Amino acid sequence: MSLLNVTDLKVSYGGIEALKGVSFQVKKGQIVTLIGANGAGKSTILRAISRLVSIKSGAINFDGRDITSLDTASIVGQGVVLVPEGRRVFPNLTVFENLKIGAYLRTNQKEVEDSIEYVYQRFPKLKERHWQLAGTLSGGEQQMLAVGRALMARPKLLMMDEPSLGLAPLVVREIFDIIRRLQQEGITILLIEQNANTALRTSQYAYVLETGRIIMEGPGIELLHNPQIRDAYLGQSRRK
Amino acid sequence: MYDFISANLPYLLAGISVGGQYAMIAIGYTMVYGILRLINFAHGDVFTAAAYAMVYMNATMPLYLSLPLTILFTVILGYSVERIAYKPLRSAPRMSIMISSIGASYLLQNLMWYITSGLARQYPTIPWISKTVTIFTATTKMVTLVTPVLTLVLVLLLVQLINHTKIGMAMRAVSKDFETSRLMGIKINKVISVTFMIGSFLAAIGSMLYFTNYTAVVPTAGAMPGLKAFVAAVFGGIGSIPGAVIGAFIIGIVENIIKAVGLTTFSDAFTFALLIFILIFKPTGLFGEVIHEKV
Repeated sequence: MSLLNVTDLKVSYGGIEALKGVSFQVKKGQIVTLIGANGAGKSTILRAISRLVSIKSGAINFDGRDITSLDTASIVGQGVVLVPEGRRVFPNLTVFENLKIGAYLRTNQKEVEDSIEYVYQRFPKLKERHWQLAGTLSGGEQQMLAVGRALMARPKLLMMDEPSLGLAPLVVREIFDIIRRLQQEGITILLIEQNANTALRTSQYAYVLETGRIIMEGPGIELLHNPQIRDAYLGQSRRK
Repeated sequence: MYDFISANLPYLLAGISVGGQYAMIAIGYTMVYGILRLINFAHGDVFTAAAYAMVYMNATMPLYLSLPLTILFTVILGYSVERIAYKPLRSAPRMSIMISSIGASYLLQNLMWYITSGLARQYPTIPWISKTVTIFTATTKMVTLVTPVLTLVLVLLLVQLINHTKIGMAMRAVSKDFETSRLMGIKINKVISVTFMIGSFLAAIGSMLYFTNYTAVVPTAGAMPGLKAFVAAVFGGIGSIPGAVIGAFIIGIVENIIKAVGLTTFSDAFTFALLIFILIFKPTGLFGEVIHEKV
C-alpha cells in the first residue's frame, strides 16, 4: 500500500524547469531514497511536497488524500514532516523550545510533554542540553535535535534532506541507526542522501534522479550492485 | 547644590519622560525589523494617526470610550499597513519593501493633511495624567511620572510575552528562519501581523503620553519623535527590545541635558550626530547581534 503517491510533478524556478514530470511512490513502512547528482532536483521534490515551493502541475496524494493544494502548515498537520537540509535548528531557542516548537500544531499539552520525554529518552544528549541554546550544539547534536523536533509533530512520513551532510563518519553511522529504528517504530521515511552507498544499503527502494527526471528505480540493494549506478554515484566501479 | 538640583531636575524629569515616549515608538521599529528586516517608515505616521484618532473620537464620545477605541483604531491601522503595503511583497527584494514603506508613510501623512485640511487640532486633555504635580522644586505634569513607570511595565509584559508564550516563541523562530518556521506549522503571516499590532498598540499608548505635553497636532507632528525613536532603535541595536528602550531613554535624557546647559538649538542635531557616529563606529548598536552565518 503506498502512503505517498506523486504523479507527474513539475516545478519551475523563474522559467527554468527543475522537475520535468516526476512520478514515484513511497510504500507504507519503508525507507525510500532519492539519489542523484547536485542539481538533479532531489531537494526540490521534498520542498514541493511540503509546499515550500509552488507546484506548476502534477498531483501529490498522501494517505488516500489529495494534498496538492494544501499549504505548508496543513501538510504538517497531515503528518508529512520535513527535516530540512543543513538541520536548521533555531539557534536562538533552547533545545527544549526547539522541541516544543516542533509540536506547534498540537494542542494537548500533556501529550506534548510526553513526546518531549520520549525524544529525550531516545536522545539522552539532548536532555543534558535541555536549557542550552541550540546554536551552541555540535553538528551531530543539531541533527539529532532536528530529527527530534520533527518527531514532535508525530510524522507518518518523515522526509530527510541530506541528514549526514557535514557530519563525522561515526555520527553518520549513528544517524542511520536512528533512521532504521524510526522505521521499526512504523514511521515511513523518504530520504535524500549524498552518501549513496549507506543510503541504498539502508533503504528498501530507491529512485535515481537526473536533471529533473527519474531515470531508474529499484530496490536499494539492486541499485547498489548496478554497474551504471556504481559508476555514476558511488565512484567505485573501477575497484574490483 | 540645592540650586543646582532645582535648576536641573525639571530637565532630567522631562528627559526620562520623553525617553519613555520614544521607547514606545522605538519598540515598534525594532520588532518589525527583527522579524522582517524592514525599517517600517510608516510607523511614525501611525503614531501621528493615533493622535488624530484621539482628537476626533474625544470630540464625540467620553474618554472611557475614546481611549480604548483610539488604541483599537491604531492597532487596526498598523495591521492594515502591513497587509496592504508589505505582505504582497513578501518575496520581493528588501529594497522594494523599504520603498513601499516610504510610500505608505507619505500616503498616511497626505491622508492626514487631506482629512484635517492641514489645520492644527487641539489635543484633548486626558484628565489624570495632565494634572500638575510638584516634586521637590520642580513643577511638572503627572504624565512625566507616569510615562517611565508605564513604559517599564509594558516592556516587562512584552518581554514575558516573547519569552514565555507560544506566539512569542513563534516570533523568535520566525525572526531567525521563515522557511523552517513554516515547516513547524507556523503561519508566518499571522505572526507578522501580531508583531505589527503589538508595535502599533505601543505607539498608540506612546502617542497619548507624548501629545499630552503638547497642545496641538499637525500631520507632521509624529515625524520628529518617530525619527528619534528610529535613532534610538539603531543606537540600542536594531532588533533588540531592551536595546531600543535603553537607547530611547539615553536619547531623551541627553537631549534634555543639552537643553539644560543652554544649547537647545543643538538638541535635535545631537540625536542625528549620534546616529552617524554609531553607524560609523558600532553599526550593531549597544545590544545588536552580529549576523554571522554558520554553515
